[in-house]
Amino acid sequence: MKIGRRSFLSFLLGGAAGTALSPLPWKLMDDSSIWTQMWPWTPVPEDGEASYVNSSCTLCPGGCGITVRKIDDRAVKIEGMKGHPINNGGLCILGLSGLQLLYGPTRVQTPLKRVGKRGQGRWEKISWKDAVSEVAETLGDLREKGQSHTVGFISGSDRGTVPRLFERFLTVYGSPNLIRTPSIIDSYELALHLMQGAQALPGFDFENANFILSFGSGIVDGWGSPVRMFRANSVWRDTGVKVIQIEPRLSNTAAKSDKWIPINPGTEAALALGIAHVIISESLYNYNFIDNYSSGFGDWKRFVLDKYGPDSVATITGIDSTTIIALALSFARASKPLAICGRGQGTTPGSLNECTAVHALNALVGNINKHGGIFAVAEPDYINWPEVEMDAKAAAGMQKDRLDDAGSKKYPFSRYLLNRLPEAINSGKKYPLETLFVAGANPLYTMSDSKTVKKAFDKVPFIVSFSSYMDETAYNADLILPNHNYLERYEDIPTPAGMPKPVIGLSRPVVEPQFNTKHTGDVIILIAKALGGSIGDSFAWDSYDACLKETLGYKWQVMIEKGFWSYPDFVTQPREESFDTVSGKFEFARKETGFMKQFKPVRIEGDKTNYPLLLIPYDSIRLANDVIGDPPFVIKTVDDTVLKGTDVFIELNPKTAGEQGLSEGQIAMLSTPVGKTKVKVHLYDGIMPGIVALPRGLGHTAYDEYLAGKGINFNELIGPVEDPVSGLDAAWGIRVKLAKA
Amino acid sequence: MEDAGGEGGATSSPEINTKEQDKGSAGLIILFFIVGLFASIILGWIIFPKLLYSKKKQPIDFNHVLHMAEVEDGCESCHFFREDGTYSGVPKLDQCIDCHEDILGDSPDEIKFFEEYVSKGREVPWLVYSRQPDCVFFSHVAHVKVAGMDCVTCHGHIGESESLKIYEENRVTGYSRDIWGKSIAGFKKNTWDRMKMDDCAECHRKTTANIERTGVKTPTKRLIDHLVDLVSPGTSMSEKGSSVQTERGACFVCHK
Repeated sequence: MKIGRRSFLSFLLGGAAGTALSPLPWKLMDDSSIWTQMWPWTPVPEDGEASYVNSSCTLCPGGCGITVRKIDDRAVKIEGMKGHPINNGGLCILGLSGLQLLYGPTRVQTPLKRVGKRGQGRWEKISWKDAVSEVAETLGDLREKGQSHTVGFISGSDRGTVPRLFERFLTVYGSPNLIRTPSIIDSYELALHLMQGAQALPGFDFENANFILSFGSGIVDGWGSPVRMFRANSVWRDTGVKVIQIEPRLSNTAAKSDKWIPINPGTEAALALGIAHVIISESLYNYNFIDNYSSGFGDWKRFVLDKYGPDSVATITGIDSTTIIALALSFARASKPLAICGRGQGTTPGSLNECTAVHALNALVGNINKHGGIFAVAEPDYINWPEVEMDAKAAAGMQKDRLDDAGSKKYPFSRYLLNRLPEAINSGKKYPLETLFVAGANPLYTMSDSKTVKKAFDKVPFIVSFSSYMDETAYNADLILPNHNYLERYEDIPTPAGMPKPVIGLSRPVVEPQFNTKHTGDVIILIAKALGGSIGDSFAWDSYDACLKETLGYKWQVMIEKGFWSYPDFVTQPREESFDTVSGKFEFARKETGFMKQFKPVRIEGDKTNYPLLLIPYDSIRLANDVIGDPPFVIKTVDDTVLKGTDVFIELNPKTAGEQGLSEGQIAMLSTPVGKTKVKVHLYDGIMPGIVALPRGLGHTAYDEYLAGKGINFNELIGPVEDPVSGLDAAWGIRVKLAKA
Repeated sequence: MEDAGGEGGATSSPEINTKEQDKGSAGLIILFFIVGLFASIILGWIIFPKLLYSKKKQPIDFNHVLHMAEVEDGCESCHFFREDGTYSGVPKLDQCIDCHEDILGDSPDEIKFFEEYVSKGREVPWLVYSRQPDCVFFSHVAHVKVAGMDCVTCHGHIGESESLKIYEENRVTGYSRDIWGKSIAGFKKNTWDRMKMDDCAECHRKTTANIERTGVKTPTKRLIDHLVDLVSPGTSMSEKGSSVQTERGACFVCHK
């Protein structure tokens, strides 16, 4: 028998017919379609019991209440907490994306000790016990040698129990070098201190004001408590409240305002004084307030009338004098006008000159501590711990000058001057910084002139980061002691700046800690106990949670149930009692600050011949630019005229672009006295000619692949400019030149 | 092919041999056809199902009869609805611990359950016979509470079983054989024998009211209607769909 080709073909035909008559092809077809829905990378939502946990968001200083939806043990959605005094159900894009920080790849999962060179990214996992004893040993040695003051601590906040534990630790250990990261709050605190004698935060009664004069504040771009501002802005739309936005760039806030007035950058203070000039010369100011509750008005009035006439202000600001006059008249004639400052999201302090000039406008119309006005909100006194007992070493250490000169003869009014720290370390004039702790801050990214900051950090022999995420500072540290993520820990969230009434939020664990992390409060307590003596005695609590519970006392139960404590009986002080200055009145210009010295304009870096243009940063709610970087969901929302692939765009007026010979999408070399970089050009009519705008929040080198390596960090291109009175970083931009690349 | 064969024969052999050979080869061809046919039928009907499914034992051999005797509310004692209307499905360890805080009885499965799971606080990795792909949106509450259906209609008499049957896992999809049904041909005797979309549709199509309300169609009918809809929207002979905007049957009523 010979099996031929035909037989074989016949076999195949029979096979095909048989297969068609069997369920095999049909079943496989069905199965393969189901298989395509089962690929391992297809996200499948958890199935289980739904529950909600009320907590607080701490991704920015806004202090929003959140309600986290859980399915069994997994957090699946973050929503704004309904009925919360700050955000009442609303939430921003960063807050909504918080779960990506909890479950994402950027978490530091266990204590890490550097193995390779700094910044090489080579780590060794160590136990919490070893990590704590290593820190305690280093600190113990320094203290033994009488060098306790060479320990520094950079903290994102100085309020609430955790930062107060840092402060307590440094005090009893013997170092004056606790430094808070800067923001517009520094300037406002100083303005309130100088003009009202108050140690307080500004509280703006936006909900009751009816005319908003914003000197560049990004009301819908993330200024203040962002969600509260969105809501206020919506109410203003509905009730017809006028919003005037003054800034060189048509930001989202400017676009949503009733009137956008473009201004030469950095001349906002002059405009405020120009408006004051018109109000005074037209006698439109509040006589009752000025006559009865203010001091130094005469001198200030002469100064303003002499130097800030509408015509000279028009020359400085680029706004014509009729607009200035009209603006002043409408501001003074409104029944509840409110002037605010702090550029963009208010992450830079700006000049004291500007803040006091704007605050003086509020005083002129008499809306200090008044319905619809600005309040000095004192911190509620809920943290009452026993006094620390300092031993001789601690007392000696605390006697030493601060490295950043805050509170020194030169800058007697300032409390923290982080911008001066790199220079102090690099020059080595005072004393070296031997150990640096960083918590709730990412100075290597957020501080201007990144290169100098990096150089200063390189000189510090031992850097400890408490970051939950692998940010730039953690990446360049020697030891990372990862804190629980904000959805895994208890923490009190004191009143966010800008709220007219105090409110304490409670951040509480939504899920169990996912990794081998530890609450920073607990770590401080453990280090203190390991050091022993008077230090250990000052930290008698068993754990941070016990400390918080004890501190909050009867408030604890309410906060657990409601998620916050809102001081229902809070009454604002009557105006007469509100001023704690020498005169007991509102001070327009104090002798101690050299009278009008505080109104001196600030010069920025760079000369006009070599750098003909001005570079300014801009902020967007889609770009987190502070201690937290954009999670993947948020970076996805950035427009491709801002970031395309890894290329960042500068905004340039078509007129300026024409003069520079640049066109849309072209690559240009941008150089400032501090740094240079390649950028792409985006032509935008909404930016004033002669100005280059670059977004903040990009150019990360750390975090995850979704964020790192995209765009340029604005801080690499700008250096700090010291304010002559406060010493704070007053830079609002830098001179720049563009060239075709 | 005939031509090619004839040509080949004519050139290579004498005529008589070619005829005989043709006769023999024709038989052979038919034989091979039949062999192929039967081999593939056997493969498709008998071997393929055996290859397609792997057999897995449940971690614990659960006795429904024993438990049903102990509880008051029947199936819902353990497979209950939560307050928000969602369905709890297979019980979690916490529920079991309500009664099984200590070892109850001395059956080997009870001891294993206690030692492996209760004392270690580990969830039992039950293999769920009725698990559907994630895209399927099924609401128990609409069927059980609103429509008043019995568990048995879809799940069969599992509540009367003394032991859990072998879980046959489809190697391609990862789902239980119970979804397609025991019969590889897709035949079924009882409503609970299969859990494919056609089985949902079968019940949903029983009354006209149901069709109008839900617009549930068999996949084939859905495809045809969809094509008609695409060519000429709104004129489809099918009933108006549940989407107000498109007037088409909205997929997300049943699919996520």
